[in-house]
Amino acid sequence: MYDTSYHRASSVDEAVNLRSSHDEGRYLSGGMTLIATMKQRLAAPSDLIDLRHIPALKGISVEGRRVRIGAATSHAEVAASSALRAVCPAISDLASMIGDPHVRHMGTIGGSVANDDPAADYPAAVLGLGATVITDRREIAADDFFTGMFETALDEGEMITAIAFDAPDKAGYAKFRNPASRYAITGVFVAKTGSGVRVAVTGAGSNGVFRHAGMEAALSTSWVPESVASVSVDASALMSDLHATAEYRANLVRVMAKRAVASAG
Amino acid sequence: MGVEGIGARVARKEDKRFLTGKGRYTDDMVVPGMKFAYFVRSPHAHARITGIDASAAKAMPGVIDVLDGKQLQADGIGNLICGWMIHSKDGSPMKMGAWRPLAVDTVRYVGDAVAIVVADSAAEARDASEAVVVDYEELPVVTTSLAALEAGAPQIHPEAPGNLIFDWQIGDPAATDKAISEAAHVTEIEILNNRLSPNPMEPRATLGIYDSAEDHFTCYTTSQNPHVARLVMSAFYNVAPENKLRVIAPDVGGGFGSKIYIYPEEIVCLWASKKTSVPVKWTSDRTEAFLTDAHGRDHVSKVKMAFDKDHRIIGLKVDTIANLGAYMSLFSSAVPTYLYATLLSGQYAIPAIHANVRTVYTNTVPVDAYRGAGRPEATYLLERTMEVAARELGVSPAELRRKNFIRSFPYQTPVIMNYDAGDYEASLNAAMEAADWNGFPARRAEAERRGKKRGIGMSCYIEACGIAPSQAVGSLGAGVGLWESAEVRVNAVGTIEVLTGSHSHGQGHETTFAQLVADRLGVPIASVNIVHGDTDKVQMGMGTYGSRSGAVGMSAIVKALDKVEMKAKKIAAHLMEADESDIVIENGELKVAGTDKTLPWFQVALAAYTAHNLPAGMEPGLKESAFYDPSNFTFPAGCYIAEVEIDPETGKTDIIQFVAADDFGNIINPLIVEGQVHGGLAQGIGQALLEEVRYDEATGQILTASYMDYAMPRADDLPSFTLSHQNTPCPGNPLGIKGCGEAGAIGSPPALINAITDAIGHDRLTMPATPLKVWTALQDAPTRLAAE
Ligand SMILES: Cc1cc2nc3c(=O)[nH]c(=O)nc-3n(C[C@H](O)[C@H](O)[C@H](O)COP(=O)(O)OP(=O)(O)OC[C@H]3O[C@@H](n4cnc5c(N)ncnc54)[C@H](O)[C@@H]3O)c2cc1C
Repeated sequence: MYDTSYHRASSVDEAVNLRSSHDEGRYLSGGMTLIATMKQRLAAPSDLIDLRHIPALKGISVEGRRVRIGAATSHAEVAASSALRAVCPAISDLASMIGDPHVRHMGTIGGSVANDDPAADYPAAVLGLGATVITDRREIAADDFFTGMFETALDEGEMITAIAFDAPDKAGYAKFRNPASRYAITGVFVAKTGSGVRVAVTGAGSNGVFRHAGMEAALSTSWVPESVASVSVDASALMSDLHATAEYRANLVRVMAKRAVASAG
Repeated sequence: MGVEGIGARVARKEDKRFLTGKGRYTDDMVVPGMKFAYFVRSPHAHARITGIDASAAKAMPGVIDVLDGKQLQADGIGNLICGWMIHSKDGSPMKMGAWRPLAVDTVRYVGDAVAIVVADSAAEARDASEAVVVDYEELPVVTTSLAALEAGAPQIHPEAPGNLIFDWQIGDPAATDKAISEAAHVTEIEILNNRLSPNPMEPRATLGIYDSAEDHFTCYTTSQNPHVARLVMSAFYNVAPENKLRVIAPDVGGGFGSKIYIYPEEIVCLWASKKTSVPVKWTSDRTEAFLTDAHGRDHVSKVKMAFDKDHRIIGLKVDTIANLGAYMSLFSSAVPTYLYATLLSGQYAIPAIHANVRTVYTNTVPVDAYRGAGRPEATYLLERTMEVAARELGVSPAELRRKNFIRSFPYQTPVIMNYDAGDYEASLNAAMEAADWNGFPARRAEAERRGKKRGIGMSCYIEACGIAPSQAVGSLGAGVGLWESAEVRVNAVGTIEVLTGSHSHGQGHETTFAQLVADRLGVPIASVNIVHGDTDKVQMGMGTYGSRSGAVGMSAIVKALDKVEMKAKKIAAHLMEADESDIVIENGELKVAGTDKTLPWFQVALAAYTAHNLPAGMEPGLKESAFYDPSNFTFPAGCYIAEVEIDPETGKTDIIQFVAADDFGNIINPLIVEGQVHGGLAQGIGQALLEEVRYDEATGQILTASYMDYAMPRADDLPSFTLSHQNTPCPGNPLGIKGCGEAGAIGSPPALINAITDAIGHDRLTMPATPLKVWTALQDAPTRLAAE
């Protein structure tokens, strides 16, 4: 790790100000991605602005069907929240599938969504739920937020403060893990919401998380697992790597979609 | 004897230290004035070094010096060597290319060390390493053994034309060819054995300390065999004469073979300590471990197994190419030859065997022994072939094996080994019963109804432990003898220190060796200390690998104990005015048999040291040493059965049950033996399902240099194991021990692949059987020949 200066912000304003006064600075949340990257010397921020001690970024609120998860909320908190489980168990299940206990107690939803790793789980939920990404300066619809692998609509220095969404009628997530990293080789989040059916796929797309129109149409017609089993998935838009070919991923998209629908009930 | 002696399930004495963070590893060592090293490593798999400019690095904060290979060479430090000579079948010696501890003109794999930076802190050393400018002229790269042998392949060492190190054979080619030509059935198969990274929990580390006043070096290092390290560094690398070099391997966190060898870093840190006049410590990080720890396996083989009309094996022909990487590591030549081809008879009576082995250089990490070393490769090849043969012949795999088992001992195989004892059918029967083999069809049908594919597979392995006798290994090319040493020191009040040439890095010697003493002398294990790992404390010894510490190391302790016991009895007889032959040792007392005369053990010890009243002419003291050289290898064997269930939609394999029935001979501590089997099975299952080192063939970059891509087995990848032991004591050593450290890793891969191929219905599958590969294989039609 290269030398860096650590700042502990106590409010969103303080953090944003600190960030804007350090061109080469970075927000630090759970550090599960950023610190590891720094240790490998692949990232060298001059300053780290720690967000985990900002009260406004922490915690989960459920008001009626409206859910708001603070950016610095850990995966473990999302997995364990009974209020959240009561309205959207799928997102709690998804959080419980991330990494291992250490990672789940350190890593945060804000960090994961901001990082937009193409194999991360949360992007599928955020896109699948049609959630809103709330930042220090605006609100961004999920459909506009994820713009490519490790790329988002966030501006330089813009901070995610919360993820908000209306609880879906039904939702489910199924993940096929990479045998080495346990990230998603393919993960599919399905949701039946007031404004229609959404199917979001992570881990598979060569341009990051994406929605699958064919599956959404099939499930709109009939919300049963079999509906997605025969929907065609275009392998040419999927990744090939050591662990999975595009053809294999295309198969997994179908299989995981089917299982996600089954788990949603 | 009782609760702590031979056969007792005693919890490991050393675990309190390990589990409470009180272990003392090389990286924990701190000495005054200590500085830190970072190695500048080649980013290229093959390149010429055209210049090294360290001037900017030397000017950086905290930097003490930057040293390169030219300086090392100028100081007369020698090249790394392979210590086992193999001759090709044309009589020519193996073609060993020069391995300089720091590359001078050419780098041959990604990670090859080029220079060392010594600085006040590890971070400063690393910072400065990035400022060392090395000019490289890239050369073409080859990473696979098959490509390395092709005409026009990039030439890696001038000493080895065509990258061929040796072309060796064993067995009788004419008799084998004749058997094949006369066979009723020949099974032909190609076998790939995947390349593995050892991944001990503790990465390698070393601390080199030069004392200019005494012209003396101390080397702390993560070694499985500190004396061998000292011998090699003295005799071949000209670091220092043996009396001026102390090697200490303190607590070592796992080795699996990878810490047998002498690596560049130990030598370079010792030399750098003298050059810079400061103690120099280096600790590998996990990435460096992937880049530089010797890898294991990486064989490509063609097999022909010939059967007569009664399904008896009449011949076996094997053609293997082994990838040894960029340089010949310390025992690399022995692994695919004498530790591999000599086991190709397996548990079967095979009248004619011929194996040809070619070893090649590639631009990859050097390959050497890794848990099992050669024997897993032999077992996988043989047991896959047996399974395929059974399928082709349409017979039960168990019956085909049973029919061909060796049943009388000693048995001389056509490939050197002379099996001393065994009962292969006992393990087969025990495993089949434990696995409810006969109930499998019903379980398969039930799984089928749930849309899952079940398979069952077995593997009957044999291996060879001890790697001795010395005379035999010497005649086969070993540069060292493979005996072991022990010294038993009874202190004046009866507590005991055992100095052993074995080295514990996870095996639990501090417990099992103490149990042996407790058994013999009736003292509690708490009063026995095992001392190992320091060349200044312990007499010359050969270290721990090849499951040799029980069979060889403990046998040396037995010999020393025999002498201690004899002297103690003499003293007791003298003190109690009895006949020496009437003295028995029981529960910590020396007794005159048939009387009520006794002397506590500590009083006899005290008498030996006060020396006030010893038999006439007897030397004071109670301390004896012994060297033990076995008369033969030992031959653990067993039968493993795996039952798997595959999700055909994803290709994911779940292990439903794994049964291991092992014959390790006599067992000192069943708890530790089971732990060794569990660990071995985890590594074997890792090889079968998860692990593989992959290279980019065009660039030679390693693609699996972190746990993001290299899949280590985790607890939830493994089932609960069902273990049992069938015991035919080894006749060759006093304790009847065979060894248990590697069996799990040796026997398990073929059992799993046999089970998975049973489930998918054909044999076109290579390790590791990842979900991708299994799913892809399932897309193939099952075109098995046999009527099932
Ligand atoms: C062993 C391991 C296994 C893992 N397995 C999985 C897995 O199975 N599935 C999965 O999805 N993930 C996995 N992860 C990643 C984990 O979920 C991380 O928590 C996540 O990727 C990053 O979250 P973080 O809070 O740690 O963010 P950090 O590492 O602190 O930050 C990540 C990036 O986001 C930026 N950032 C952080 N917070 C904000 C914010 N509020 N606003 C704007 N930018 C911000 C940082 O500047 C940085 O660039 C794993 C990680 C590890 C180490």
